[in-house]
Order: sequence, then C-alpha cells, then structure tokens
Amino acid sequence: MRADIVISTNKLTKKFGEFTAVNHITFDVHAGEVFGVLGANGAGKTTAMRMLCGLSLPSSGEATIAGFDVYKQTELIKKNIGYMSQKFSLYEDLTVMENIVFFGGIYGLSDAQIKNKSAELIERLHFQKETKKLVGALPLGWKQKLAFSVAILHHPKIVFLDEPTGGVDPITRRQFWDMIYEAAESGITIFVTTHYMDEAEYCHRISMMVDGEIKALDTPARLKKHYQATSMDEVFYELARGAQRTGD
Amino acid sequence: MHDVVVKNLVKTFEKCQVQAVNDVSFTVEAGELFGLIGPDGAGKTTLFRMLTTLLQPDSGQASVCGFNILDDLKSIRSQVGYMPGKFSLYQDLSVKENLSFFATIFGTTVEKNYDTIKDIYIQLEPFKNRRAGQLSGGMKQKLALCCALIHRPRILFLDEPTTGVDTVSRKEFWEMLIRLKGMGITILVSTPYMDEANLCERIALMQAGQILSINTPKEIINQYPRALFAVKAEQMSRLLGTIRTFKFVQSCYAFGEFHHITFHQLLPDNLPRLKEELKGFESLEIKKITPTIEDCFIQLMNEEKQMA
Repeated sequence: MRADIVISTNKLTKKFGEFTAVNHITFDVHAGEVFGVLGANGAGKTTAMRMLCGLSLPSSGEATIAGFDVYKQTELIKKNIGYMSQKFSLYEDLTVMENIVFFGGIYGLSDAQIKNKSAELIERLHFQKETKKLVGALPLGWKQKLAFSVAILHHPKIVFLDEPTGGVDPITRRQFWDMIYEAAESGITIFVTTHYMDEAEYCHRISMMVDGEIKALDTPARLKKHYQATSMDEVFYELARGAQRTGD
Repeated sequence: MHDVVVKNLVKTFEKCQVQAVNDVSFTVEAGELFGLIGPDGAGKTTLFRMLTTLLQPDSGQASVCGFNILDDLKSIRSQVGYMPGKFSLYQDLSVKENLSFFATIFGTTVEKNYDTIKDIYIQLEPFKNRRAGQLSGGMKQKLALCCALIHRPRILFLDEPTTGVDTVSRKEFWEMLIRLKGMGITILVSTPYMDEANLCERIALMQAGQILSINTPKEIINQYPRALFAVKAEQMSRLLGTIRTFKFVQSCYAFGEFHHITFHQLLPDNLPRLKEELKGFESLEIKKITPTIEDCFIQLMNEEKQMA
C-alpha cells in the first residue's frame, strides 16, 4: 500500500436484509485530496460514509481508514477523523462556546488546547459577538461553518462531510468551500458528498454512485471528456438515467 | 386576473425575535408558473403556509383566488393543492388508499378527476397496492403530487419538490409541472436550486424573509449591473486567492469549472491588466459571459448587505 493512502476500500458491501445498500465498492483516497461523492438520495452515499467512519459494520469486503481496520479498530478510526452532516453536527441548545468546549473534550484535547483552538476558531469565523448565543439561533450558513470548524478542531487526518452545503445560500456555500480548501492545504483529507453539480468541479476526484455501486471515478475533467459532456450535470444524468432505485 | 395577491405580509416567530417573512408583496397571474427561489431560511415555507391558510400573518394582507386568507379559509382550501416540503401522506395507507382518501376529503372521486393526474398516475399504477411508506423517493413525490391535484385545484403550491432529488427525477418533475401549467393550473413552486429558476415564467429571489427581486428570469439577468467574466486555469484554488488580492477586481466567486469575476469600473484595460497579472498561470482562459441567476442572486445579496 502506498504511504499516502488514507482511505482504502476493497469490495466493501453493506446489506440490510435482502437489500444491498452498498455493493462492492473499491477505491483509494490520498492524503490531502478533496474526494467527492455524488449520487441521488438512496444511492448509498450515507451508508458508505457511515461504514468508513466506523459507525456501521460492513457486511463484507475490506476497508482501512487512516491505517485502521473498519471491523476491529472503529474507536481508533473515530479518534482520527472528523464528521459533520447537514442534519446533526452541533447541539442547538448549547451556546457556540459550549459546543466548542464539549467537542474539544470529546476529541480528547486538553483544557489549554481547547482554550487556544477556540480563540483561534472564533477569530477566524468573526464570531466574537456570537460566543454566548445558542447554536439553534444562528443562521444555517453560520451553523455549517461552525460545525465544520468544530469537526476539524483536533486536526484529524480525514474529515467526512455529508451534504454540508444543502440549503445554504450561494455566498456562504462558497465561503464554506474556501474553508474546505484551507483544511485540505493544511493536510486534512476531505471526503464530501453533495447534490450541487458545481461543487463536483471543486473536488480533485469524483465518484458517482448509482444503486449502491460506484459507476464512475475520476477527475472532473476526465469524466467530462470520457462522457463527452460539457458539464458534470450531464455526466451524472448519463449515469443516473439507468438507475433502478431512488429513495430516502 | 390575479390568482394570488400578497401585500406587505409579515410573520415573526418566538415573540418577534425571528422575522420569517418581512414585508413581502407580489402578485401571481392566473395560469402562471411562478418560482420562489432562495436558500433555507428565506421564508419560502412560511409564505406558502400563510397562503394556504395554515398560518396567520402578523400583519399585511393576501388573497388567493380572490378570497382573503384571514376570513375565507374554507373557500381557499377547496381551491388550492398543497405539497409540503416534508412527505406528509399516510405512510401505512396504500397508494390507492391515499388517493381515495384525499379525493373524499375534497368531496370528489378519483375517477372524476382522473384526467388531471393520469400522466403521473400511470407511472405509479404498478405500485398501487404498496404502502406509501414503502415507496422510493421519486415515487413518493409523484404520489404526493397526485394527492395535491386530485380535486383539480385552481392553484398548486409546491414547497421544494425537488430538494434532495436526483438530476433525472428533477428533470421529470419539471416536465410534469409544465404539462400541468398547460392544463391551466396556476403553479407556485419554491426551490433552493438556482438553475431551476429558468424553468419558471417569473421568479422572486428571496433571502432572509425578503424579496430581493421579482421579474422574468431573462429580465433579472438583463438587470445585472456589471460586465461578468469567467476565468479558468490550472490550480483553480490558487487562482481564486490570487485574483482576490487585485484591487481593481470587485468580486471573484467560484462557479464550478470557472471563477466569475467583476471589476470595480468598466475600463478598457481591465482585461489586458488581468491577463498580465495572471500570466504565471498555465492554460489561462478568460471570457466574457452572460450571468446566471446565481450570479444575480449573489450580486443582490451583496447589494443588500451594503445597504444594511
């Protein structure tokens, strides 16, 4: 295995009863890469991500995350990754500062580290006036920026982002991607799912999931060339047209 | 003839702390396909809930099909079809049962209005005995649309029908809407996807409870006040950072494959200057482009911020 591979899967599969949610997916992600996953609702994106985060045991196949095994070393995986989703990332009825301190503790940072990191984070987000506000009272875009900052507070090797920009306004959505790039440049590997086709262009490589399988995986430029498409939307349309299932 | 008239509508939550809809006014013509375009928190759902009589405004006025939303609730309810953003049918009733249930509520039968839903229903027919909860996302959405149409409403309110739906289903859904419009049904549809704006006859761009602009998509694009350029090169991230340091550049935003930029002043030497400054980048490509609705939205948001 190459030294810079931080995610490696081999025929990773998850079945729920008769239903195969994720079907033999095989891919590698390199350190510092922005790796995107596109797919309709029900294509298996979230299930795949949950296995990679050590939250759900695979039915078969292999995967290592930051060098740790997804069957036996799930606790070590969790220590080395960050995770945020659109639905749940922060406690709405804790304040901004309480959330930072809480997650800092969860990620095993010392009090001194939490103090430094939180000051840095508040400054970078210009949240000086918001530290005592409840997270539930923040606009969605601010919440997502805060959630991302908290997810990388412990400088994990990999951060998993599950549709982090869904419903976010166009300016904040772009600021969010600025933050993603900054994190990637600091050496954090980004694994991100999205519904926005323009965001697919911001990823170094894109995997397209259809019916639990990876139907295509390459750089955006090469995918467009291969499918003779002018946009990622067209590439996706070509691939998804044959889909058998859509769903929640 | 106006099917919807909204005047200075205001709705706040949590003791006026949250201004969900802030002094909104617009009209929708009979038979029009009208889009409310904006991110989460723009006030789209609250607006729809007021117009479908499910929520009362704090102040302002509105009428739907000529009936006042404050005192003609029943008349309005019989004239509108409403498809909420969240799937709200009975999960443990079958497709057929859900449909008959909604027909009965509105004092009609599935047979009587079958023409309206026929095109959509035939796709559901193979699953007519399946429980709604067991349907796939795309099928659920089609069933919800059928239930909202079963009493042949004059106006259809669709709250983010395509959110989280894949590209293929999204395209199909818009084709269905255009067919329904052809039947003379007035349609109000909300969406966070800016690219769907072009499928509407007129749109209202909404942000934080307010309307930034109302017009046809074409006219909104025509009103974009600046010349817009698209720039591409190797190392897009470094390119973005570099362009943002230039004082003569007003804005630079990532737009998929390109970055879109505007200049502070329309000067003939803007382009040569930009090319000169960026000559270190490989495969540099710069071209003038027509703005998209998303460019307009960003520009209007920035304008709003400066005024505030």
